[in-house]
Amino acid sequence: MTTLTRRAFLHASLVSGAGLIIAFHVPRRARAAEPAPPAKPPPEPNAFVRIAPDDTVTVLLAHSEMGQGIWTTLAMLIAEELECDWSKVRVEHAPAAPAYAHTAFGMQMTGGSSSTWSEFERYRTVGAMAREMLLRAAAARWKVAPARLRTERGWVIHGTQRLSYGQLAAEAEQLPPPAQVRLKDPSRWKLVGKAVRRLDSPEKITGQARFGIDVQFPGLRTALVERAPVFGATVKSFDATRALAVPGVEQVVQVPSGIAVVASHFWSARTGREALRVEWDLGPGAALDSRQLTASYRALAHTPGTVASEKGDCDAALSGAARRLEAEYDVPYLAHAPMEPLNCTVKLEGDRCEIWTGTQFQTNEQAAAARIAGIPPQNVIIHTPFLGGGFGRRANPAADFVAEAVHVARAAGLPVKVVWTREDDIRGGYYRPLFVHRIEVGLDARGLPVAWKHTIVGQSILAGTPFESMMVKNGVDRVSVEGVVDSPYLASVAAQRVSLHSPRNEVPVLWWRSVGNTHTAFAMECMIDELAHAARRDPLAFRAALLKGKPRHLRALKLAAEKAGWGKAPRAGRARGLAVHESFGSIVAEVAEVSVEKGRIRVHEVTCAIDCGLAVNPLGVEAQLQGAVAFGLGPVLHSEITLKEGRVQQGNFDDYEVLRLDEMPHVTVHILPSKERMGGVGEPATAPVAPAVANAVFALTGRRLRSLPLRLA
Amino acid sequence: MKLDVNGTVRDVDAPEDMPLLWVLRDLLGYTGVKFGCGMAQCGACTVLIDGKAERSCVTPASSVGTGKVTTIEGLSQDGSHPVQVAWREHDVVQCGYCQSGQILAAVALLAESPHPTDAEIDQALVGNICRCGTYQRIREAVRGAAARSGRARP
Repeated sequence: MTTLTRRAFLHASLVSGAGLIIAFHVPRRARAAEPAPPAKPPPEPNAFVRIAPDDTVTVLLAHSEMGQGIWTTLAMLIAEELECDWSKVRVEHAPAAPAYAHTAFGMQMTGGSSSTWSEFERYRTVGAMAREMLLRAAAARWKVAPARLRTERGWVIHGTQRLSYGQLAAEAEQLPPPAQVRLKDPSRWKLVGKAVRRLDSPEKITGQARFGIDVQFPGLRTALVERAPVFGATVKSFDATRALAVPGVEQVVQVPSGIAVVASHFWSARTGREALRVEWDLGPGAALDSRQLTASYRALAHTPGTVASEKGDCDAALSGAARRLEAEYDVPYLAHAPMEPLNCTVKLEGDRCEIWTGTQFQTNEQAAAARIAGIPPQNVIIHTPFLGGGFGRRANPAADFVAEAVHVARAAGLPVKVVWTREDDIRGGYYRPLFVHRIEVGLDARGLPVAWKHTIVGQSILAGTPFESMMVKNGVDRVSVEGVVDSPYLASVAAQRVSLHSPRNEVPVLWWRSVGNTHTAFAMECMIDELAHAARRDPLAFRAALLKGKPRHLRALKLAAEKAGWGKAPRAGRARGLAVHESFGSIVAEVAEVSVEKGRIRVHEVTCAIDCGLAVNPLGVEAQLQGAVAFGLGPVLHSEITLKEGRVQQGNFDDYEVLRLDEMPHVTVHILPSKERMGGVGEPATAPVAPAVANAVFALTGRRLRSLPLRLA
Repeated sequence: MKLDVNGTVRDVDAPEDMPLLWVLRDLLGYTGVKFGCGMAQCGACTVLIDGKAERSCVTPASSVGTGKVTTIEGLSQDGSHPVQVAWREHDVVQCGYCQSGQILAAVALLAESPHPTDAEIDQALVGNICRCGTYQRIREAVRGAAARSGRARP
């Protein structure tokens, strides 16, 4: 793994003439729908693509590959315009540097299902600029006008003459980047929009892919940290005698998050940690009980919260309605549990800090490490290996696993890799928050909603983070109410009030694949289903009546329903349920087909239709939808984090159950041809699966299950 | 102790109770073998011992004896094993972290049952968790690898 800084790398490659480097800056284009980006740092040219004399094209990724496929998709964007040989394309994660800031969000990060749409212009532009420079270099060599040249699969061609990109790279890099380039017309795309297999497969099927946990170098120690047994607890005292007696254990050091056992390798560190004695001051977190929390949230939901959105006189419309329906939905805390347990390697040397970690949040980690180490952020070098899953856990504003590792390395005075065990991860907090929704709906004589009173209770993810000013407005955390305040079903409801309670407690919470939509889609799409049944209407027809002004939702819904055979009887013993939800700029409809076998819910088929605008790589889109359905199904059938006397009652995959292969439904993905603005695909299919399954269970059993995970017994 | 890993006998100085997983990763450098749970719940640490899929996280290295250990690194030099080829063709991987274990579990299954039923596939791979949810393509790739070996037969 290189230890060069980006700047040092630029210098080194210029000196060695190793190839073409594109210096460039494209103004950030914030999407209208997104919050205003923070103040823009001054433009700094930087490198996104390198062409080597051997014709390899190396693409630098401004975002982290955590399974979502941007290793391939973003490279496709550059390759499309560069017209290089796809088989010569290599990819690397970019270092942490301002030039790689998110084009809409202003910091280097991966999240919000935004990598592809936010880079669609920038990465294509880079490819076009590089191509233009190669053309000019060739034109200079042949002393002809660039307009008389063409490019094809890594060659610049003039009549019968041809020069490879590698042969031209050294000359091209001397040229000033073009001020303007014209991007290809979509009709000429060769890669974009086509099903392209992943570029990272070869290393991931041979064990060669390097994840953060795989970082090894001479002198590196492994540390495990004994952390608070309840959230918010602090160390009263500790006895390291027995831990230090374990062979291989070198040091036991205190850090803000607990006591770290530093050893020659993982097994010694783990054995040493087990021998450690720590006395804790438990604090108020010891009283936490998730059952009581749910009960108190339910009580709160009967009281008005902070208004998130309001239209008309909701209370009057409710009391004047022909009929009223009310329901409460609740969802538990959830851990992300990425397959690669959290880990972070830190090497401190003088005023320099080098970090290897799978992170979705480079800028944030850099700042946190700089504060702890007392050095400027640019002296913090971040290497991003592959991420063994992220799902939001590796995008923590609190920078927990990185900050802790810097503390350990500082206290130990040695390069250290802090590794979390699975139990550390499951019990480590930063969960999808527990939420309760209370919905009261007033219906007209036809059974259509005329009043909608919706009270949401749950911890704010963003309060107390640097994103608070951006995302929390008038006391309402936008991600607590997303999917309700902007629900297409509410657009036509004359009187409505959505309000929010954001109680605080010691449990740290965080975004979890599809964030607020994980609970809002469940509440909204189940409630709509309840209304359909109350009105004795077909759930599809009822939704279609409410979604008249929402053609994109309708198209997705109808396509999924048609492909799933909606309206035709399913196999005996099965029933179907559906849901449609918009998030991250995309609309996903899902139809789930379920049965109940020996008291257990089995999901056999999930038919998805997505409108994400242009699907840059349909093969990747399909994978993301299949994966999102699997990720979303775990909490429908099994997963929950519960607390009793402050202790998290789960610890590993035996009691924090996630979806396994034998429960994977057959997922069919239909991508709608769409000219709409490009949306995301990593998250949007996660949320609809819970209501689709719950609605199918109702259709099958007549039982309306309003708590996740769904339990028949 | 001596360990036969991928056809090479290695000398290892490790505590008696040290799991094979950590011997392979931390002492011998076979980082293709992954840590996921430490209690045989997720299958990320799967290796082959004499051709059978085993959870290296709960297998003390000292218990392996003369057993022949195969890690993902030893399956092929270049990803050319039929199961790896099927994995590439079916574009299975996402984050990739669990895939060493998935592939080795599939290799062990196909060695035992060259044309497994769907139920056999489910049973053989139920112990291998993938949080990205690549299960559907895993199933397809296992079937693909089975079909490929079928074609290759006279």
